[in-house]
Amino acid sequence: MERIPILQMGDYLLVTIQVDMHDQLALTLQDDLSERISKMSARGVLIDISALDMVDSFIGRMIGMISGLSRIMDAETVLVGMQPAVAITLVELGMTLPGVSTALNVERGMALLRERAHVQ
Amino acid sequence: MNVRSSGTQRIHIEQDVVLARQLARKLAQDCGMRLIDLTKLVTAVSELARNTMTYGCGGDMDWQIMEDGARTGLRLTFRDEGPGIPDLKLAMTDGWTSGGGLGLGLTGAKRLVDDFELETAPGAGTRVMICKWT
Amino acid sequence: MAVLQQQTVDLLKTSEKELAARWITDLEASGSTRNLKADEIKQQTTEFLRLLTSVLSEGGAQTIMAAEWEEVRQFLEKLSHQRALAGQDSQQTAGFIFSLKGPLFAFLQTEYADQPVVLAEQLWELSQLLDALGMHTIRTYQKSREAVIKRQQEELLELSTPVVKLWDGVLALPMIGTLDSQRTQVVMESLLQRIVDTGSEIAIIDITGVPTVDTLVAQHLLKTVTAIRLMGADCIISGVRPQIAQTIVHLGLDLQGVVTKANLADALALALRRLGLTVAKAAV
Repeated sequence: MERIPILQMGDYLLVTIQVDMHDQLALTLQDDLSERISKMSARGVLIDISALDMVDSFIGRMIGMISGLSRIMDAETVLVGMQPAVAITLVELGMTLPGVSTALNVERGMALLRERAHVQ
Repeated sequence: MNVRSSGTQRIHIEQDVVLARQLARKLAQDCGMRLIDLTKLVTAVSELARNTMTYGCGGDMDWQIMEDGARTGLRLTFRDEGPGIPDLKLAMTDGWTSGGGLGLGLTGAKRLVDDFELETAPGAGTRVMICKWT
Repeated sequence: MAVLQQQTVDLLKTSEKELAARWITDLEASGSTRNLKADEIKQQTTEFLRLLTSVLSEGGAQTIMAAEWEEVRQFLEKLSHQRALAGQDSQQTAGFIFSLKGPLFAFLQTEYADQPVVLAEQLWELSQLLDALGMHTIRTYQKSREAVIKRQQEELLELSTPVVKLWDGVLALPMIGTLDSQRTQVVMESLLQRIVDTGSEIAIIDITGVPTVDTLVAQHLLKTVTAIRLMGADCIISGVRPQIAQTIVHLGLDLQGVVTKANLADALALALRRLGLTVAKAAV
């Protein structure tokens, strides 16, 4: 089955979404991530969507779910690389992704994750 | 106003939703649509195509590229023979949910496009027409 | 130009309907009605003929710029404008008038079949008349287009609202003039793009130059702020004058925790603080 690869960087997990996902693929990612977070007691998850030129309500909900799930498992999630057109569309759709931390790029995102993990 | 070209895309399985998005993207590019408008349109298509597949139990997406004087438009119609939407007013209110979703599909999609028409009745299927102009 | 024979004018009056029908057929055959609605064409041809015969029956002055031709000119101007908006060029619009010649001349030939001299004279008169009217259409069309171009140039100037880099990581967007929906969209897009391109974490939107802030403007601003935050940056709104602050409170607008500052300097100071920077005087 097709899966989106999840990379491990120390105590953190990095996911780069580069394909136009069909719903099942998104759900599989959600499951895979929760499993990996739990398995390695990850401290944080970085989701890179800089290659996504569209985020609809389904993907938006998935991202919200991952953020919520990871928090319950004591890991922080940061979403990075949102394209301007995507941001504008999400705002118009009414999806503001509450509870999801965001950063401009992977570098900033990792800095934010480390900062948060450090605080704990 | 005249139709430059048209076609249909089946929406029956999950992969069709992706195909519908990709087709809409290509058509919008052919129309010369700006990136932000294109993104909004493709997002709306994703929402509506998913509805057609999930709640409409499968259907079709008809498309037409239209010319009206100086501007070009892409019109998409999502048709299904599913159960229909029982309470239309409720469905078009932000925050209505069914099947566990956030229910942003219809009202959100409406905000992303220039023209939006919805025809539905219990047992009579659903037809959603959207249009975006350059 | 010499006055048209009364006979000609009467002929026009009695054959109005048939003339219109022939005219429409010719127009359709030439393809110039491609993007237009059928009943619009019918209405326009009928209207034009009515106006034309009406002016001519009342004597018809020397030139079409005279007062009597006012209604006809207005009709042509409206037609020109409408066609320009529909994307037709001046050739097609003038063609509308010129194509009336065919049916008209055919009718005249039948009427003056045994009076070649009069026929020639009447043909010439009508031809000159229609030419003048056609030229008027072209002139009006040109003026319309020039107005459109001018307006677009103005809009372009307005739209080129520059996004300024105040410091590493701090962008400023001075907004000037009224914020309408379309303009705000374009400006929003360019600001967001610059944020991504420069990796700037803080964007200061300065509204000193915006005369009024109503619910609509506030909504646009909030959408921009939300989009900026979604992308992972933050926003400060500066230039909030006391009157605007009052309006915001009065309208009960929820700024959702966006920090506002009275002026750009204060906003910059805050931005630098947030980035962990301080400004210190150099040792002498």
